[in-house]
Amino acid sequence: MNTATHTLDPHAGHAHHPTGVLRWLTTTNHKDIGTMYLTFSLLMFFLGGAMILAVRAELFQPGLQLMKPEFFNQLIGVHALVMIFAALMPAATGFANWMIPLMIGAPDMALPRLNNWGFWLLPPAALLLTMPFILAIFGIGDGAVATGWTLYAPLSVQGGIGVDFAIFSIHILGISSIMGSINIIATLLNMRAPGMTLMKMPLFCWGWLVTAVLLIITLPVLAGGVTMLLTDRHFGTHFFNAAGGGDPILFQHLFWFFGHPEVYILLLPVWGLMPHVLSTFTRKPIYGHTAQVYGFIAIGVLGLIVWAHHFMTAGLPVPALLYFMYSTMAISLPLAVLFFCWIATMWRGAMSFETPMLFAIGFIVLFGIAGLTGLVLADVAADAQYHHSYFVVAHFHYALFAGGIMGVMTGVYYWLPKWTGHMYSEKLGKLHFWLTVISFNFTFMPQFFLGLAGMPRRIPDYALQFTEFNAISTVGAFVLGLSQLLFAWNIWRCVKGGDKATDKVWEGSNGLEWELSSPPPYHSWDTQPVIKSTP
Amino acid sequence: MTPLNPRPLGRLFAGLSLLLAAGTALADYTWNFPTPVTPIARDTLHIHNEFMVIITVLFVVVFSIMVYSMIKHRKSTGVEPATFTGPTGAFQWFWVLVPFGILLFIDFVLMGIPAFHAVIEMEDTRTKADMVLKVTGLQWKWQYEYPDSGIKFISTMSTPREQIEGKAAKGENYLLEVDNEVVLPVGKKVRVLLTSTDVIHTWWVPQFGVKRDAIPGFLRETWVRIEEPGVYRGQCAELCGKDHGFMPVVVRAVPEAEYVAWVDKKKTEMAAAAAGSDRAWTKDELMAAGKAAYEKNCAACHQAEGQGLPPAFPALAGSKIVTGPLLSPEGKLIPDSHVDRVLNGKTGTAMQAFKATLSDADLAAIITYERNAFGNNKGDMIQPAQIKALR
Repeated sequence: MNTATHTLDPHAGHAHHPTGVLRWLTTTNHKDIGTMYLTFSLLMFFLGGAMILAVRAELFQPGLQLMKPEFFNQLIGVHALVMIFAALMPAATGFANWMIPLMIGAPDMALPRLNNWGFWLLPPAALLLTMPFILAIFGIGDGAVATGWTLYAPLSVQGGIGVDFAIFSIHILGISSIMGSINIIATLLNMRAPGMTLMKMPLFCWGWLVTAVLLIITLPVLAGGVTMLLTDRHFGTHFFNAAGGGDPILFQHLFWFFGHPEVYILLLPVWGLMPHVLSTFTRKPIYGHTAQVYGFIAIGVLGLIVWAHHFMTAGLPVPALLYFMYSTMAISLPLAVLFFCWIATMWRGAMSFETPMLFAIGFIVLFGIAGLTGLVLADVAADAQYHHSYFVVAHFHYALFAGGIMGVMTGVYYWLPKWTGHMYSEKLGKLHFWLTVISFNFTFMPQFFLGLAGMPRRIPDYALQFTEFNAISTVGAFVLGLSQLLFAWNIWRCVKGGDKATDKVWEGSNGLEWELSSPPPYHSWDTQPVIKSTP
Repeated sequence: MTPLNPRPLGRLFAGLSLLLAAGTALADYTWNFPTPVTPIARDTLHIHNEFMVIITVLFVVVFSIMVYSMIKHRKSTGVEPATFTGPTGAFQWFWVLVPFGILLFIDFVLMGIPAFHAVIEMEDTRTKADMVLKVTGLQWKWQYEYPDSGIKFISTMSTPREQIEGKAAKGENYLLEVDNEVVLPVGKKVRVLLTSTDVIHTWWVPQFGVKRDAIPGFLRETWVRIEEPGVYRGQCAELCGKDHGFMPVVVRAVPEAEYVAWVDKKKTEMAAAAAGSDRAWTKDELMAAGKAAYEKNCAACHQAEGQGLPPAFPALAGSKIVTGPLLSPEGKLIPDSHVDRVLNGKTGTAMQAFKATLSDADLAAIITYERNAFGNNKGDMIQPAQIKALR
């Protein structure tokens, strides 16, 4: 990919903006907002992690040692909500903000003020979600939402004020995500450099385009579902109350119509990023660009029509069971296209194994386990045994930690030199990778066996035959959690200084974003580049 | 600067290997499903094993190719990177499409066909059912009903609080033991109907291979045919509130003759309990029976001393409702009174309608106990016969 013109703007690099707190409150610059999203995400990652370490500590041995079951139930649900809505999704949005304008040759996002608002809705939402913990200390209410992140009615109708706080928090997070999605779609469709047709658009942008569409389709359904819950709780409606003509399972349909695409919302940006990383470190062009674009779209469409496989034990009619089983299995085909293209991109390249490449390979292997166990979970008969058990917990942590979080880490290491202008410590990065991968497997591999042996999820105490695997899992979780401090430390060092990064950063990097300086000027692509050759 | 002190890390890993060694020494945990005892569970285990082999083969084949590439195609070996971006020519296209053909075959033939048969068998709850067991989930216990013989009882976890809090050694069946086991005959097809009175629960016995949600206001069904006599343990699998982790399912499967004898015994017990509601009880009798029934049915939320866990679970000691009037002067139920709450519950809260699950004698005993214990000292009492009249 070449740029024809790249005239030097006399103002390039001159930032006209307020300084201090006011800069961050009022900024409409995509790079500033991207940085804020990523910083927020990292903080929330540690908050969500701390919650689950408390849970793992309780589960280290049978018996109740550290907390009451009520508090345990609050921790597991808020952990999930924080990790999904406040850590993973903002990380992906941070990537989008930073990279999409650089990748498509746009000066900024299409709707910069909306962008600022979208970010600044997040801290109040996170505060709403966690505030009931603090209120409970002062004797107000009985703590945060204790229903698990799924908020199933009627348990959530019965719950305390934590449920109301969670509902409003979800509303605000939803508004933020929808605004972010509108912004990304508007940017991608209108602001691409001349010559960059849709099919030539980088895969990271494609992954995000499908993500944004999924968010706009599904989030209103979740918002509607939790609003119905709110009116059931306070205004005498009976959407989910059988005694009033409602149906508790309706809530599960509404929730999972959002909840299943949400898995792909979390993963599509990462899938979009992977080919760039693999191509860079194999020094070889991406294999199957078009096939991957269609793969993303196919997964997006299929993801919208398989939701009920999340509650196959709820007693669905046989035709529904068969439909949801076979349609879920069908997702393996477009997913296999992606795996095929990743491995074909590596094939006959000239590979080197810097930290981003290590994380990318770790991602592919571990996410492979998530995909394969997902395939067996689709089977209704076997699912009856796996469902609601630790097998499922292990499965979706392979998808969302090894797939989602490790994917985000791949992106952070890959782009950090571009963002900061400094190289991070390769030694620390590799240590972080190996500690993460090993402790991750120590944490979650035993949970597959726990699930098979019959341990239900979301229990604060367990029968004696589950002791050994739980103990191993807890030790793994603590190593995993502490290893992430290395990640934060490495980022901090890189922001503060380090070896100067070149504009291209990596030997094999390819794309518009690598033609700008490292770090890029505050206002980049003031003059649009023109794409001449095909990517 | 060393960011990581290697010594604590070394200790952690040493601890981990010790744990692993300890794990192998204790052989009472399993790597797979527990031994199946129903046709469905056997089927499920078979399918599961087959699927695990398939996905392991897929995993090994796919990642062998990747690992081979990682070893052969590294920059350090001095290879020139290729430049291809997709298949070219019929031959390459053929080899690109073959894996997808194989996957299609695995999905919809190798896995899809056995899965289809398993679903059909699993959902066939009605054909040739020998008997019906009705299971009702309540926060946090199970009620079992045998419509054929009119037997009905509640099954609650019997693990003592001291074991959970670490004040006593944990027993062999810690958390998986109950006061009243469900008894089922071996070799009979039992149609299990499920419902709930409050929130969603899930009835699960791993060795039966079935798991089904109990949904308030709806009936769900599944079936079991237990082939081996024995005691089978499971637990609630859907988060249902505070004591979700403490509502086990225990099923005792016995030969037909033993089952018939058990049914007769239960019927006699039920008749004795029913007779209880017609005779007049002394206050001491009610208080003694009330204390026992309170600890079993009420103390999880309202606590042993009636102090509750506010705000979700209000205190009974000094409560306005509990110390309010018992019945109206005409002997009728006063709305939102103590008796009304216990009998009919409070919608939208965990307080359930206990008249659905408890006997007249238990209800009268609990109400009398609550009004006179915890320093409430109301001095009044209610007879089982009065409860019977209020139903």
